[in-house]
Amino acid sequence: MIDGFLALYIFMLAAFTGYEIIARVPVILHTPLMSGSNFVHGIVLVGAMIALGHAQTPFEMTIGFIGVLLGAGNAAGGYVVTERMLEMFKSSKPDAGKGAK
Amino acid sequence: MTWLPTLIKACYFVAALLFILGLKRMSSPRTARGGIVWAGYGMLVAVLATFFLPDMHHLPLLAAAVLIGVTAAWWSGKRVAMTAMPQMVALYNGMGGGAAAAIGAVELIGYVRTLGLLHPAGVPDTSPLQPESWAVNAASRIPQGLALLSPVELSLGVLGALIGAVSFSGSVIAFAKLQGWLDKRFVFPGQRGVNLLLLAGAVVVGLLLASGHTSLPLIVGFFALALLFGLMMTLPIGGADMPVVISLYNAFTGLAVAFEGFVLGNEAMIIAGMVVGAAGTLLTQLMAKAMNRSIGNVLFGSFGASGGEAKAIEGAQKPVDASDAAVMMAYAERVVIVPGYGLAVAQAQHKVWEFAQLLIKRGVKVKFAIHPVAGRMPGHMNVLLAEAGVPYDLIADMDDINPEFAATDVALVIGANDVVNPMAKTDPASPIYGMPILDVINAKQVIVIKRGKGTGFAGIENALFYADNTRMLYGDGQAAVGELVNEVKAVDG
Repeated sequence: MIDGFLALYIFMLAAFTGYEIIARVPVILHTPLMSGSNFVHGIVLVGAMIALGHAQTPFEMTIGFIGVLLGAGNAAGGYVVTERMLEMFKSSKPDAGKGAK
Repeated sequence: MTWLPTLIKACYFVAALLFILGLKRMSSPRTARGGIVWAGYGMLVAVLATFFLPDMHHLPLLAAAVLIGVTAAWWSGKRVAMTAMPQMVALYNGMGGGAAAAIGAVELIGYVRTLGLLHPAGVPDTSPLQPESWAVNAASRIPQGLALLSPVELSLGVLGALIGAVSFSGSVIAFAKLQGWLDKRFVFPGQRGVNLLLLAGAVVVGLLLASGHTSLPLIVGFFALALLFGLMMTLPIGGADMPVVISLYNAFTGLAVAFEGFVLGNEAMIIAGMVVGAAGTLLTQLMAKAMNRSIGNVLFGSFGASGGEAKAIEGAQKPVDASDAAVMMAYAERVVIVPGYGLAVAQAQHKVWEFAQLLIKRGVKVKFAIHPVAGRMPGHMNVLLAEAGVPYDLIADMDDINPEFAATDVALVIGANDVVNPMAKTDPASPIYGMPILDVINAKQVIVIKRGKGTGFAGIENALFYADNTRMLYGDGQAAVGELVNEVKAVDG
């Protein structure tokens, strides 16, 4: 698996990356970005899939199944909500009205 | 098939790269839309690759679970109204936390099962004083999973499960509160002590688990305590503070995902989770700062409980009717509209823009002033105004607009309260003392559209409503602005 210190380096660099991305963002994008980052941690779906794929007893499978359901919800829901929010930023036509869909 | 694992690793790498690039693009209004699409492709690549991992069982079940989860969330996400976005983010975030907790649970249960296989006699030798035995275990790790997690993996797995479970139950409560299912704050004496006890209990049991003293009842107890703690921690927090809490849980879920990613040896999860953990933490701080509250205060303080000594306000609120208010603004030179959450609740943003357009046609200079925490999240109000079609150049941030109020003829406050309360500057006893506000009171005339005479969401009196230059227009935001629209049209004849 991953060597302990290598993981520590990944943790550190990723943390700085996340910090830098948000640090210079205008306030108007805070909500879409929060939603976008909510989508990105939907990668938990991959982990839940691995957990279910390696489950060996019915009990483990049940919990893994729930995990995959929740993870898929996080990923898909996060994507749709973020996309709909960002749709508003397309162009500022004054009479666009409801731009959803 | 030796190339397959490499290809899968490459897929995860591409996914991590796309996530970071996507988030980067999302941080600028011009590229934001492309950003989410990039991140979306990253997710697609990662999920598809996972199906081809070696030793994956139950593939039909897997596909079914993914399909059901995606369909349900996609459908609900498409249907929900823009004003309800914050609670949907809370809900989806909670699901992510729950998934992370589920991964932790499966790992822990697998650990117990493996222990039983390796040491059929019963008590295993899991003393942390013997690192060599762990090294041997790790070295003899075989694909079937008949090997124990290392102490570090086990500890991070437990930690991730704890954070994920708290984020799950906490987010569900946040969702219920914002959705209006849970209006009352749930407070009882000694609550902090009880919460602390719950957390301490979860941590102690977690430490037991992490040190290898694992059993099924212990695992169940651990998750029960963690879930209960998330529940109890979130229940006493008022709705106004929910955005900070949701943002915090968003960061929590990110961390939980990163830790579980470490246990599973999945770099994409570590990177994505950690990026979100850090970004979410910073965002939470920014939000708390905009409300002049520390995160600790939001989580553990009892808002308004100590504000009993705030000055009583003398004077009376002076009402105005819609036709007078409309005339005032129709013949003004500069009008600043200050929208608050009340506007979003009343779904009045389209009506307000219609009204603003009427004024603009008459030659009035109209601007929208947005407080950093207007709406339910930072930037939420910008999204709502953008939805109604208000162009960017008419929307001003607090720092830009505050010096302009002195030269403003009429400030129209719609459904905002605490963010325009001058007591935040004048009364040290006020619970919101020190919070940055919009200096609406400096305008020559202020018109406040408000449902009734009561105090606002936080239960704090607002000196602005009693000021000499303030007139109150009572009514529902949507209806009141509708009247204003009609009256301005009537002025034109």
